[in-house]
Amino acid sequence: MSKIAIIGGGIIGVVTAYELAKLGEEVILFEKNYFGSGSTFRCATGIRAQFTDEANIRLMKHSVERWEKLEEELESDIVFRQTGYLFLAASEEEVEAFKANIKLQNKFGVPTRLIDMDEAKEIVPILNTEPFLAGAWNPKDGKANPFKTLFAYLFKAKELGVDAREHTEVIGFEREGDTITAVKFRNNGKVESVKVDAVLNAANAWAPLINEMAGLKWDLVPITAYKHQLVKTEPLEPGQAEPLVCPPSWNDAYIIQDGEDGGIICGAGIEHKAKSLDDYEPTYDFLRGVLDYAVRIAPPLRYAHVVRQWAGFYAKTPDSNPAIGRLLDNFYIAAGFSGHGFMMAPAVGEAMAELISKGRSKVPLDWEWYDPYRFERGELRTSAFQIG
Amino acid sequence: MGGKKIVCRCNDVTVEEVEALIDSGVTDIEEIKRLLRIGMGPCQGRTCIPIVLSILARKTGKRQEEIPLPKARVPTRPVRVEVIVGGADE
Ligand SMILES: Cc1cc2nc3c(=O)[nH]c(=O)nc-3n(C[C@H](O)[C@H](O)[C@H](O)COP(=O)(O)OP(=O)(O)OC[C@H]3O[C@@H](n4cnc5c(N)ncnc54)[C@H](O)[C@@H]3O)c2cc1C
Ligand code: FES
Repeated sequence: MSKIAIIGGGIIGVVTAYELAKLGEEVILFEKNYFGSGSTFRCATGIRAQFTDEANIRLMKHSVERWEKLEEELESDIVFRQTGYLFLAASEEEVEAFKANIKLQNKFGVPTRLIDMDEAKEIVPILNTEPFLAGAWNPKDGKANPFKTLFAYLFKAKELGVDAREHTEVIGFEREGDTITAVKFRNNGKVESVKVDAVLNAANAWAPLINEMAGLKWDLVPITAYKHQLVKTEPLEPGQAEPLVCPPSWNDAYIIQDGEDGGIICGAGIEHKAKSLDDYEPTYDFLRGVLDYAVRIAPPLRYAHVVRQWAGFYAKTPDSNPAIGRLLDNFYIAAGFSGHGFMMAPAVGEAMAELISKGRSKVPLDWEWYDPYRFERGELRTSAFQIG
Repeated sequence: MGGKKIVCRCNDVTVEEVEALIDSGVTDIEEIKRLLRIGMGPCQGRTCIPIVLSILARKTGKRQEEIPLPKARVPTRPVRVEVIVGGADE
């Protein structure tokens, strides 16, 4: 049994902790704030296998299969619902692009199909069908409650013996050659250190700082904190916009009805580079911009009330694909999820735990595609299809 | 009434639910907020947050002033969408 430190108590760190504990490893999990306080508790809840490249499609196909069994495995209601994703094409060229994507997705067993606007209207009664020509519809995509999902994993991880510490910040490492030997951390002003056999950097937007602590260059894995915001309306009757609905050519604007309280979550690709790594200030231009799109997608939203707006980070890499793999002999990274970390977590946590514990994994994760050293080599992947 | 003591009227959360969660080891107010949806209703917690703080203080033996308030979200009162997007066609 080895002792493995995980830095970051977001969904990636927590899932990996649980999966490692399942494999019999001893795990110590550090979160500098409260669990989920980074990007995880700010996400739009969406889960999809509709990507446009093989690596992400295969990974998400596997992840969705895990999501389907999670409530049973974790013995907890995480409000996972397969209410689908509906992408909308506004031009003939987009319809052609959708057809090509659908073909690729079908090849790997993802059942997306092209639908007409009559069918789209049946799925989303408040949809404005007029601007659109066709939809890409995968009924197996879905959503889940990020708060309940993180805690369902965390409770199970603790049952399996994970030493989970919140309000505990990692502040440095001891390194001998290419091996990290100890982790230094601070809780309530008190500094301590613990000997470890391996370390996972799951600090997402903060991951470059952790890499620096390990003696690596800040921009070895160039992750930028882009501020992404969401706006939520008061609860509407269930069934109004259950799938995530997105016309990608409208600045990736989307709406999705919260599976639990029925409020409509509205997002869009109106980005701001965060002023600092604590810059969570919502902006008025976003509120105005996102609602403009939302009422064009679903006109009745005009009469709903906005009840809240918040911001979080898309920890973005240059090709919008995460960095997953080994950086030093016993120092690993899974970060830079560029807006897809929640949906990928069940698969990535499982793959990462197997890699660290056994040196290989049966999860269909294309290690070469996500290789954290690709940026240094100037080898970018096809940009992962990102929305919002 | 059924004898249930409601903490959060907006989201129908009971005292028992809050106490059970704290007993299970979740004592951070931001986490309690998200797991039970206290403070996430239209009133933004005006009614429930003070009650949850007092339960938390009693159960953890902390003074109420020591417990940070959860972050409030804008807008502080619900605003109709058309008030915000209206500008374009006025
Ligand atoms: C507005 C918005 C909408 C989104 N919508 C979706 C969506 O619909 N679907 C989806 O899949 N994804 C979505 N995402 C992305 C998703 O939220 C993230 O990809 C995911 O939560 C990343 O999880 P993580 O565990 O890698 O990072 P985080 O949740 O950010 O966790 C990293 C943690 O590391 C901690 N940390 C940092 N430094 C230290 C240190 N020195 N010591 C200890 N701890 C430290 C931080 O406090 C933080 O909690 C969205 C994101 C945003 C902002
Ligand atoms: S009473 Fe709890 S949010 Fe209104």
